[in-house]
Amino acid sequence: MATIELRDVEKIFGDNHAVKPMNLTIKDGEFICLLGPSGCGKTTTLRMISGLEAVTSGTILLDGRNVTWRHPSDRDIAFVFQLYALYPHMTVRDNISFPLRAEGMKREEIDIRIGEVVDILRIHHLLKYKPGKLSGGDQQRVALARALVRRPSAFLMDEPLGALDAELRETMRAEIKALHHAQNATTVYVTHDQIEAMALSDRIVVMSAAEVQQVGTPAEVYYEPANLFVARFIGSPGMNLIDGQLDGDLIRFPGNDSTMAVPAHFRVPLLAALDKGDDVVVGFRPEAAAISDDSTMAGEVYAVDMHGGYKLLHVNLGTATDPVIVHLRADRLASHPMGSSLRFTADPAMLRFFDPKTGRAISPSETAPVQTQPVEVTA
Amino acid sequence: MSDFYETGPSKPVTESIRVDKVSPRSRRIHSLRAIVVIALAIFLLIPIFIMAMTAFKTRSDVVSSPPKTVFEPTLEGFVFLFTERAIITPGRITKLQEAAESGDLGLFDRIALKSGQEITGPSDYVTRLKNSLIIAGVSTLLSVILGFFAAYAFSRFNVPGKDDLMFFILSTRMLPAVVVTIPLFLMYRQLGLHDTHIGMILLYTVFNLSLAVWLLKGFIDEIPTEYEEAALVDGYTRMQAIRKIVLPQAMTGIAATAVFCLIFAWNEYAFALMLTSNTARTAPPSIATMLGRGGIEWSAIAAGSLGFLIPVVIVVFLLRDYLLRGVTFGAVRK
Amino acid sequence: MSSVELKNISKSFRYVQALEDVSFMVRDREFFVLLGPTGAGKTTTLRIIAALLKQDSGTVLFDDEVVDAMTPADRDVAFVFQQYSLYPTMSVYDNLAFPLRSPLRKTPEDEIKAKVTHVAEILRISHLLDRKTARLSGGEMQRVSIGRAIVREPRIFLMDEPLSNLDAKLRESLRVELQHMQKTQGNTTLFVTHDQIEALTMADRIGVLNEGHLVQVGTPEDIYDRPATTFVAQLVGTPRINLVPGGRDNGTFFIKDSLMHLPAPEGRSLPDNVLVGIRPEDIFIDPAGQFSGTILLTEPLGVETIVHIKSGEQMLLSLAPGITQLRRGVDVTFNILLDRLHYFDQTGKRLA
Repeated sequence: MATIELRDVEKIFGDNHAVKPMNLTIKDGEFICLLGPSGCGKTTTLRMISGLEAVTSGTILLDGRNVTWRHPSDRDIAFVFQLYALYPHMTVRDNISFPLRAEGMKREEIDIRIGEVVDILRIHHLLKYKPGKLSGGDQQRVALARALVRRPSAFLMDEPLGALDAELRETMRAEIKALHHAQNATTVYVTHDQIEAMALSDRIVVMSAAEVQQVGTPAEVYYEPANLFVARFIGSPGMNLIDGQLDGDLIRFPGNDSTMAVPAHFRVPLLAALDKGDDVVVGFRPEAAAISDDSTMAGEVYAVDMHGGYKLLHVNLGTATDPVIVHLRADRLASHPMGSSLRFTADPAMLRFFDPKTGRAISPSETAPVQTQPVEVTA
Repeated sequence: MSDFYETGPSKPVTESIRVDKVSPRSRRIHSLRAIVVIALAIFLLIPIFIMAMTAFKTRSDVVSSPPKTVFEPTLEGFVFLFTERAIITPGRITKLQEAAESGDLGLFDRIALKSGQEITGPSDYVTRLKNSLIIAGVSTLLSVILGFFAAYAFSRFNVPGKDDLMFFILSTRMLPAVVVTIPLFLMYRQLGLHDTHIGMILLYTVFNLSLAVWLLKGFIDEIPTEYEEAALVDGYTRMQAIRKIVLPQAMTGIAATAVFCLIFAWNEYAFALMLTSNTARTAPPSIATMLGRGGIEWSAIAAGSLGFLIPVVIVVFLLRDYLLRGVTFGAVRK
Repeated sequence: MSSVELKNISKSFRYVQALEDVSFMVRDREFFVLLGPTGAGKTTTLRIIAALLKQDSGTVLFDDEVVDAMTPADRDVAFVFQQYSLYPTMSVYDNLAFPLRSPLRKTPEDEIKAKVTHVAEILRISHLLDRKTARLSGGEMQRVSIGRAIVREPRIFLMDEPLSNLDAKLRESLRVELQHMQKTQGNTTLFVTHDQIEALTMADRIGVLNEGHLVQVGTPEDIYDRPATTFVAQLVGTPRINLVPGGRDNGTFFIKDSLMHLPAPEGRSLPDNVLVGIRPEDIFIDPAGQFSGTILLTEPLGVETIVHIKSGEQMLLSLAPGITQLRRGVDVTFNILLDRLHYFDQTGKRLA
């Protein structure tokens, strides 16, 4: 197994930066997701690691060995594509054994290897079929088997679940995670779906506009987003982000009577980062809000979503023509008809603040209370 | 653009980037390619160039060997093309010469005089060209209109036996055309369509229709049905939806189809030769038959062919953008 | 606005029965969602209502009046398509004005201008009016499509998966906007989707279609809390409902191949073999829980974590709030909200 290191890796297409200089060290056995909207450079990054795309400048190290200019087949990595890329004229068995035959491996050895991966992925019964006969999920399992069978030092996956329907995606997501636990192979996984990235990763690399926005564990990017982009992108819906103005120990919201007290551990940092009357963006997750009648935050219910296990209330803090919507997670039995007014608070420990000029998060002072939600360290 | 970032090109892009922004190497490749294209164009245009030259040569220059590239241009060919002439009787020659000297003789008459001929009246070239224009133009129009509606129906409606019908339409082109000339000739004579404009228009329309239906069906298939359905629920009739929604989007295909049909009808020779004699005779057989009249008038034939080329060149030039997209249809999406 | 009723609608194409005896009613000012997987017959239903397709048998009524003989134009419905419905050769303004310029309506141009401007304001697309539609983003295009529907106050809005080609964030915000607009304007809306979240979050009532049959009609709460079949139960809710075989043994009730014995549900007689449905949020890890199992996998989603628990040979999905500290391989005890269990017979029908 392998570590992967990117040093100042950059890619330019014509006049456009597809990936701005990027540094990243992926540990042995780690599951890393490159996450971002389409066009953020995540796939290009993956293709540079694989060698399918040449870097414009920078160095790529695999286990400390410089592979920047090595051919993809010399890098000892396996690539899983979004559209399976199975050879339609070969049976599943031939598809899986294809990379081994390319190496000139002996028949018996090939049979043993196939036996192993087929066990792991439970696809015994599919070996004699051609890919065209298989369902989407089974095709993706075969594609995974073909990647596994080579025992590569790293896996690169490019949206492997992107072509599957929602239900199957959920199942396959869990299967990929279980597979990773079983194999513990270094994996770089590209996706635009933040739920997938959260569910699978040890660490997430959030990218946007050809740049890395944040690198962190799922808990870090969820609870401590580095900037407005990450705050908005992670979570469904994303973090509530409201434009406010700092006024002493209070945040005021223009065009609305609501106020919010600045938590103690943010008082000093906010004053240091901003002047009085300065604009600040207040952020909190939908589940950090609680509906209570004696609160200082008020708005009108704009829409109510039933989600089965819970409800999402969309509350308008602005006006009818210029709505400012915040999303609150509420009990499934909560009854707040559209148009009714509503008061709510946000858990001070869950409040985040951003500088609207730079978009960056403002860090709390040292005396910050401990995280309410403990961070999981995946084994 | 975002797709470009997502996947990126697997090879360095040379085509799609402006020349002034690419590396010296690819700029060199670009100019090399331009040279090749120009050379090829010159090579392919040589016959046309020779034809144009021949049209302005005298009879003796045409047949001189080796061929002359430098010569004194003359309109003799055009005079022979547009007029009927007679050998001047000795009695008239002095009279004509006098008239020429006093300036009473027109340009064409003077040129004819030089070769010892007198113009007796206009030739039928203009009439033939007019016939060609009428027959090719109307048949193209008919093919495209009928083809469009047929293609629309095949594309949008559940026509019973659709695949068989489409194949049948295609199959009409599988037989070599000459095979049916004699039956057609007999039929046309019986029906009184022989040597009529309407007969030729019908014939070419029938021939072109199969091509038009197949081509246009491909183009219409590419236009999503949702557009028309949206118009239908928005309160328009099917015909209005076709006019306002489908037609503007199918223009590329229609133009390409029209050019194909026009070129066929314009150039067609064999049927025109068999089925017309005088009133409806088109230009191709008439240019060819100039051969037999008082020696081979090469310069007249060249001049006639030149005139014959011009309408098609104009149409193709006007529709060049559509055509380019049209001939690459399928490969390039709008 | 009108009510729309379908009575015993059947429709088949050459080889497939697309709809079989489908009857339901969309009430005046109601947001009705037709939910079902691909090929269930949702779009066929919509197109029959719009008269873009003709049913083989059955009747369509608008406001109790039979409209079977009417053309699409005469039915006066508005259709929002999944994609492609904006005319690429026209500007946004002309697209919005298009329905008003129809020969049926012949609206004077100054009135058209007033209406288009008004709709553009509601949808916040005023700045786009002069643009060609090819130069719009996906979200902008879909807002213009909706604008073209609302500009002429039709009898009903028919929406065919209008959000499915948009990215997740945009879908979320348009969902809220659509719901808000429908409620404030009181438009009768029939919305078709395969996305259960769209159905649950926006609908007043949901109709679940499967293979041309209407399986269940009800409020989102009905569908989620009282699914009529296992199909419906599995269709709504994410992560998916746990469906496990249950049996009766000496008066106690147990989950087969597991360590779970449940008290027999009170006041109801169940057959010996049933399928038990347990929503993941009704299983919660509790140190004092009466059931035990091992954690196989955790999937943190942020707001909650999906915990895969193995009990005996049964795999159960459970939801834990936040990003949990629990690790895989750990033995846990858990509880189940017994009054929220669902029972189905062997054929998948809900047991009352």
